[in-house]
Amino acid sequence: MSAAVTTHESEAAEAHEQRAFGFWLYLMGDAVIFALLFATYVIMVDNTAGGPAGKALFSLPNAAIETALLLVSSTTFGFASLSSKTGNRGAVLAWLLLTFVLGAGFVFLELREFAGLIKAGAGPDRSGFLSAFFTLVGTHGLHVSVGLTWILIMSGQVMLKGLSVPVTSRLFRLGLFWHFLDIAWVGIFSIVYLPGLL
Amino acid sequence: MFGRLTIEALPLYSAIAAGGAAVTVGGALLVAIAITWLGAWRYLWTDWLTSVDHKRIGVMYIVLALIMLLRGFVDAIMMRAQQAMALNSGGYLPPEHFDQIFSSHGTIMIFFMAMPFMTGLINIIVPLQIGTRDVAFPFLNSLSLWLTAAGAGLVMVSLVIGKFSTAGWTGYPPYSGAEANPGVGVDYWIWAILISGVGSTLSGINFVVTILKRRAPGLTLMRMTPFTWTALCASVLMAFAFPALTVACGLLALDRLFGMHFFTNAHGGNMMNYPNLFWIWGHPEVYILILPAFGIFSEVVSTFSKKRLFGYESLVYATAAIAILSFTVWLHHFFTMGSSPNVNAFFGITTMVIAVPTGVKVFNWLLTMYRGRIDFHPSMMWTIGFMVTFVIGGMTGVLLAIPSADFLMHNTTFLVAHFHNMIIPGVLFGYLAGYMYWFPKAFGFALDRKWGLASFWCWMIGFYLAFMPLYLLGFKGMPRRMEQYNDPSWQPYLMVAASGAALILVGIACMVMQLYVSVRDRRKTADVTGDPFDGRTLEWATASPPPAYNFAVLPEIRDREPLLDMKERGVTFQRPAAYEDIHMPKNSAVGVVMGGLAFVLGFAVIWHIWWLVAACGLAMWIVLIARSSDDESEFRITAAEVKQIEDARFRALASQTTSRT
Repeated sequence: MSAAVTTHESEAAEAHEQRAFGFWLYLMGDAVIFALLFATYVIMVDNTAGGPAGKALFSLPNAAIETALLLVSSTTFGFASLSSKTGNRGAVLAWLLLTFVLGAGFVFLELREFAGLIKAGAGPDRSGFLSAFFTLVGTHGLHVSVGLTWILIMSGQVMLKGLSVPVTSRLFRLGLFWHFLDIAWVGIFSIVYLPGLL
Repeated sequence: MFGRLTIEALPLYSAIAAGGAAVTVGGALLVAIAITWLGAWRYLWTDWLTSVDHKRIGVMYIVLALIMLLRGFVDAIMMRAQQAMALNSGGYLPPEHFDQIFSSHGTIMIFFMAMPFMTGLINIIVPLQIGTRDVAFPFLNSLSLWLTAAGAGLVMVSLVIGKFSTAGWTGYPPYSGAEANPGVGVDYWIWAILISGVGSTLSGINFVVTILKRRAPGLTLMRMTPFTWTALCASVLMAFAFPALTVACGLLALDRLFGMHFFTNAHGGNMMNYPNLFWIWGHPEVYILILPAFGIFSEVVSTFSKKRLFGYESLVYATAAIAILSFTVWLHHFFTMGSSPNVNAFFGITTMVIAVPTGVKVFNWLLTMYRGRIDFHPSMMWTIGFMVTFVIGGMTGVLLAIPSADFLMHNTTFLVAHFHNMIIPGVLFGYLAGYMYWFPKAFGFALDRKWGLASFWCWMIGFYLAFMPLYLLGFKGMPRRMEQYNDPSWQPYLMVAASGAALILVGIACMVMQLYVSVRDRRKTADVTGDPFDGRTLEWATASPPPAYNFAVLPEIRDREPLLDMKERGVTFQRPAAYEDIHMPKNSAVGVVMGGLAFVLGFAVIWHIWWLVAACGLAMWIVLIARSSDDESEFRITAAEVKQIEDARFRALASQTTSRT
């Protein structure tokens, strides 16, 4: 009987390991997408076609607040992961909720920025530069929005199912995803906003 | 309500287009009627469409590939007929229709014939060769299949509703942009590729994890079969190259849908960024297709020469080297873009370098055959035909790798001849060799040898007749993709090429005949040993077709050729002392439902039916969320059931042995 239980446990551990590895591969593929979008942005940054350039459009305070929100949300997610290891369900939920609020704040600021640009006549159809800007930053924002939905789903699962083996395994992959988006954002901040404003 | 979809979308603009639509609809109806007549809908649904068993998924991939091979070949023979006739005349196809045909031919043959054929063979064989019960992510595997099928479905639907792209299988802007090409054709092409591309990316991830994490005990990396090695390298390339295709086609879609300016002529677009993005995927794709074929040739040549593969390690290192180098040669597809001589020289040199590991492999195969006792099975014939023909194509490739020579040959039929010379013997012959080699493993009876050989000779001679004249025409300066021409000296060559296509048609007819004869005689040719060719590798150690769980007890691997090792130790059919319960993944309808939704989503985007796009997108989200919250995705086969299945196999084995003696 106990032998059967251990095989089942080792099977579950193997499944977790395989899923984590597969998810890493997915993230690396996603990194290829971001790398090519970054490259496209860099070669198109001067193709403003007589329209506005980054200096006139970007706001450093806005980008700084966005960065702060996202980086802090990565930290709060880290606390959620730590609490899931100690099995503290309430703490996991609280940290996930905080992460969600910070991430939602980020998406809100980004949408506000986009809406402002479009209103000022600097939408993605204005120039090659703006097409590349909206697509690169928007792809990241879309990822963050998917991550937010995922946080909600996982909060639901933690509430309904508790910190079971499959649930913690999914939380682990959500963590990888969330931290990956942070790294992508650091790239956007340093390649899009800083050079655009300096 | 229906976006830009109106009654005008029906292909009534030409009799031939309407005929194509009628054949498509008629064929689909005929299949539906046949299934209904056989009362097989429920069986089809529960045992096949919702199956997550890697062997069944593999078979479905190959069925898709063979259907699409027929469709792609009809395109090919139509083009050859047009060019044979079209001296100083319009031939029988209007330009607009001819352009759709060469675009769909390339798109279908690469994305919906070669890719599913390869993925299917990997699916059926790799888990058996590494001694595992299923792939790492069985449900994802089913999802990949149905996303690929959804893409293929979109290409087929374009025959009936609307038109297909006229921009070639590579879809270069600005011609593929909204300004020059406002219709639905390019959108069909984009969304077919985007949707099936997601499936291919997921397949790549799935097989990297499967091969690296699920090998049987004792199966070290350097004990893996050549096919598993090439499948691993191809999967790595799939996981990392297909995102580039997603970016290229995705940005083109943004240009077309939202008026962005990535690749447009005006407003700061940079159209030469597109070929770069496209071929960052496109060149690795060549090796994604060809590496598994190299693996098949390696297995076939060893089995039918009755020898261990010569220089296994060099073959493995050559495979890995090709996989890495394949990311460094993409620019050779557009030397004429106008990069500096230094850039062109760099890519010219890397292109010549990548020919070296490929050359190494040819010697691996030749020296495996040397002094072997060769059985000229059809699979072996495909392999020998490949080696002879592929070397010619390789040499014309090295010729094209010289940028200054490429400037002369660019976009001529010389290029068309070159890449067909690589892909038909290198990829298709390989998959057909694999199909005829592993068919008995998947179904428990062998394919007819006589019809297989007939098919091989028709393909082989037909190939030379069809493509050697195109090399000469390229030297004479004939551009590719010409609907009509006025140089009378070209016509004789084009007639020879058309006769080659006709001979290949006979070859395909022989394949159909082979399938028919083999199914008819399946009781006579049934194989209960599971090892009809005196094989050396693990897939032949289990029954044919293998039980759902592949191996009742996971084998312990001690050698590079595990079955030969078992045979030498005399433990091939040894029964274990006891069986254990086996956990297997449950079937799931989610994959096929997601594929259906993706198909409708693609169709809705193509026709700008936005409410339907939103509805499908939402439905896909909900289905995916529901699936990802499911913790009970496995079921158990009890030890008693396993014993029952295994007992039946050993009884059949015993009765065959007694009836033979």
